[in-house]
This record gives sequence, structure tokens and C-alpha cells, in this order.
Amino acid sequence: MMAPDANPMRATAPQSASSGAPSLEYNSLEPRALWNLFLTVGAWAVAALGAVPLLSVLYMLITKGGARLTPELFTELPPAGFELGGGIGNAIQGTLVTVAIASVISIPVAILAAVYLAEFRPNSQIASVARFLAKVLTGFPSILAGVFVYAAVVLLMGGYSALAGGVALAVLMLPTVTLTAEGAMRMVPQRMKDAAIGMGCTNAQVVWSVTLPTALPSIVTGVILAVARVAGESAPLLFTALFSNYWLRNISEPTASLSILIYNFSSMPFDNQIELAWAASLVLVMIVLSFNILSRFIGRPQV
Amino acid sequence: MGNAAALKRPMARGASESAIDCRVDKIYYGKFLAVRDSNIAIEKGKITGFIGPSGCGKSTVLRSLNRMNDLIKGFKLDGKVNFLGQDIYAKGIDPVVVRRHIGMVFQQPNPFSMSIFDNVAFGLKLNRFKGDVEDRVEHALTRAALWDEVKDKLKASGLSLSGGQQQRLCIARAVATQPSVLLMDEPCSALDPIATRRVEELMLELKKDYTIALVTHNMQQARRVADVTAFFSVDISQGGRTGHLVEAGPTDQIFDAPTQTLTKQYISGEFS
Repeated sequence: MMAPDANPMRATAPQSASSGAPSLEYNSLEPRALWNLFLTVGAWAVAALGAVPLLSVLYMLITKGGARLTPELFTELPPAGFELGGGIGNAIQGTLVTVAIASVISIPVAILAAVYLAEFRPNSQIASVARFLAKVLTGFPSILAGVFVYAAVVLLMGGYSALAGGVALAVLMLPTVTLTAEGAMRMVPQRMKDAAIGMGCTNAQVVWSVTLPTALPSIVTGVILAVARVAGESAPLLFTALFSNYWLRNISEPTASLSILIYNFSSMPFDNQIELAWAASLVLVMIVLSFNILSRFIGRPQV
Repeated sequence: MGNAAALKRPMARGASESAIDCRVDKIYYGKFLAVRDSNIAIEKGKITGFIGPSGCGKSTVLRSLNRMNDLIKGFKLDGKVNFLGQDIYAKGIDPVVVRRHIGMVFQQPNPFSMSIFDNVAFGLKLNRFKGDVEDRVEHALTRAALWDEVKDKLKASGLSLSGGQQQRLCIARAVATQPSVLLMDEPCSALDPIATRRVEELMLELKKDYTIALVTHNMQQARRVADVTAFFSVDISQGGRTGHLVEAGPTDQIFDAPTQTLTKQYISGEFS
């Protein structure tokens, strides 16, 4: 009988003793099988670890704020100190209105900019400068967007307003929507554009009837993600929309928003307000989460 | 509806009237001379096949016939391409309008990411077609031998079809606007033999109404479908990779009695 060490094949291809044919059976005690198992379990464990922060935050918000998730929460105004009950209706309204203003301002500009970057002059100097600035702007500290709009809009209009808040959020949305829309349009296969040109489309018709419709699902995904991101912003609103204890009647007035309400109420010495802050956090997370889930459905490749 | 057969136009046989008269002296991409001296007439109501080895400029010449090459940076054409008597490279000619009269079918099937119906109706909307769009779409799909396969799912995406169906959809899209000439740039190279056969039968059917110029990498395809064959080759002798037309003539003559040695060598498979 041969000593195992003497067989040069031993390390890689175990031979069955009797016939000399290699054993092809799975051997779970082989080093590489064990290593494989270890890495698989490790990958699962790390993936689970990654989900812990989100799940624990959700758990905490539901246990602490879930109790206040009543119809009044959505329909009533915030209570004054020592008052019981009340809701965060005006903050939800304010967040929706400022985000809507931001979308109305930023989406058309961003998509037109993306058309220029992706289709009309992708290699021009203006395009590379614009692209670079957009990338810089995506990492721009959001509080500075607030300061900028404070100087540019609040001082000019003579007061804090929902409009100024919307402009500040638009500044934050603009670069992300521009860059994702550009990427989406670049993903449209050149052969589809060639087909359109071959049919006798002008450049504008190619963009309008082929590139944009084809890229639309991805663009919408980018827009929704940008909206979800700015919906939770508080810093830019501090300097622009401020806060209000009343319903918003006019976009030139200051407005409440969920994020600022959380900030204000969580530091108050009243249990009622602190509970409302938890409930507002839950509502905000739900809004952001549902936007994210929505974007996954819309962004699915359509065949 | 269904009167495709009744629409047959009398063919200009024998008269050899040309739809496109292509007189290319030189085609450049930047400083690179891609094609030289290629004069070829695309005759009305016939299929003209362009054959030759890779890089011989046959696609370049074809794509010059509806100014698709304008998209390529540095493209420059010396010479004339007369389409029904007008030089499409003359000053003041709008390439967009040229392409509406000279349709194109590409190598890779390239339907739009929209429904089958909208794909075919695309060119009609583009040209603000006033008539019955549904009728035209049905007619075009029938002409492209695709109607029976898709009539129950016109709302399905064009991309959901098989490769061969997609290519026939692209042909339907191109013929829906009834262009005068159809340029086909290796339309079967991405298709399997069965789909290829269907597209070839379709070409033979379409030439009753359309003038077709066909680039093919497959000599036998030219032999099967082309009335006139043009053989292009490359000058390696002069150091560059400049393509040019070696000879053109009735398909039978090119394949059975070529006048040039280069053609004879290519046909007999001495190089490819």
C-alpha cells in the first residue's frame, strides 16, 4: 500500500483505493468544503448584521411611536406645552408641500440638463464642467444649501417661507436627479437611437420619442430616491422654512415639517411632545421607505 | 386591408431605371480613406446585393445612401449620391428628410421599447400621417409576414418577440411609411437559419413594391435574393485599408462569369 504522501495526486484528486478511478463523491470534510461552508455562513452573518441597524430603528420607532399612530395624528395641529393630544398634521402637510415645490423646480431643470449631458453635447467642455459640478454638489453639506437659500431667497423675500424651503431642497435634488437621468439616458442602446435616426427623426425627436420614454422607468426611480432623501432633510429647512404651529395656507409663509418637528419636540420637557416626536419619526420613515419600495417597482426592467 | 397583392406596381424591368445613383469618389473618416471610386446604381424594383470581405467598405457605402454616416465624426464624402435626380449631399439638403424617403434596416434587430403597434406606427406619427393608422400598421405587418404571429398581441412590447420576429418588426416599421428605397445592412447576420430564410422570402416579396439595397456578409444570400450584385474589396497593396467597388452586374454574371480576377478569387472562396 502506498503512503498517502507518496501519491502526487493526493492533494487534489483523491483516488479510490480499489479501482484506481478518482473518487467523484462530495466529501464534506475536505478542507475546501469546510472553507466554503465557513465563508457562506460568514457572508450570511455579515448580511444579517447589515440589516440590524435598520430593523432595530424600525422596531424602536414602532414600539415608541406606534401607539400614537391614530387618525388625530394626521389631522390635528401640534399641542401647546402641557396640552394633551394633538397631532402633526401641519408637519406632514409642510413636508409634502416643500418636497412638491422642490420637485417642480428641480425635475424639469435636471432632466433638461441630463438631455444636454447625455445626448446633445456629451463631450463638450460645458458638459464635463457641469457633470463635475453636479458630482461636487451631490456631496454638498445640506446645511450650506440652507444657508445659501437663506441669503438668496429668505433675505430677498423678507421672511422664512415654504417656498424658500422648497428651493433649498431643490438645490439638493438637482444634482442627483441630473446624474441619474443622464445615466439612464446613456443606458438606452445606441441601436434604438440609430433606428430613430434612420426613420428620419431630428435630434429633438429622438430624445423626445425614443430616449426619454425608454429611460423613463430609471429616471422615475432616480427622482423617487431623490425625493425620499430630501423628505428627511432638516438642516436646509432650519434656515428657510423655519417652523409653524399652524396649517400652511400660503407658500410664502413659514411651514412646519416632519424633520424640524422631530428636532423641536424631542428636546421639549413634555411627554406628550416627545411621544409625538416618536410618532413623527415613524411617519417619516414610513414615507421614505414607501418611496424606496415604490422606486423598486417602477424601476423594474420592462420587457 | 389584405389587398397587398392588389397593390403590386408594374416593375421597371429592363428599363433599369435607377432609384439611387451612387457616385462615390472618396469617403473619409477623418484622415482615413475608407472607400474610393465606387459607382453603383441601385435599380428600381430590384434587390442590389453588396458583397465583399470585412472592411471592404460595403456598409460604409450603404450607410452613405441615406446619410446615416453623418452621425460619425469626421465623415466626409467626395462625390454625389443622386436620389431620384437630386444629389442628397448637395447644399441645403436636410438629411432628416432624406432618411424619411430612404428607410433602413439594421444588422441588430432594434425595435423601440414600446408596443408592437407603436413600433410600426412610429414613422406614421413622425410624418403626421393623416389616414387610417391601424390599417397601415396591419398592412405593414402583413407585408413583413408578421401579422399572423402578432395580431393578438399588438400591445405587447416589441422587445418581447424573438430575434427573427424583431427583425421582421423592424422591416414592418420601415415599410409602414412606404419609403422609396429600403437599405438593409446585414439584416440576417444576427438571425438563425430559419429566421434568415423568412427574411429572405420577405425581401423577394418586398421588391415588388420597393427598391432594396442589401449588404450581406454571406455570398450565398446575395446569390439567393439579389438581382444585381456589387462586389467590393480592399486595397491592401497600397498599405491602407481602403475599400472600393471591384465590379457590379447581374448576379448570375458576377457569380458565374466574373470579369475581374479578384471577384473570381472571392467567389471561389480563395479569400474571405
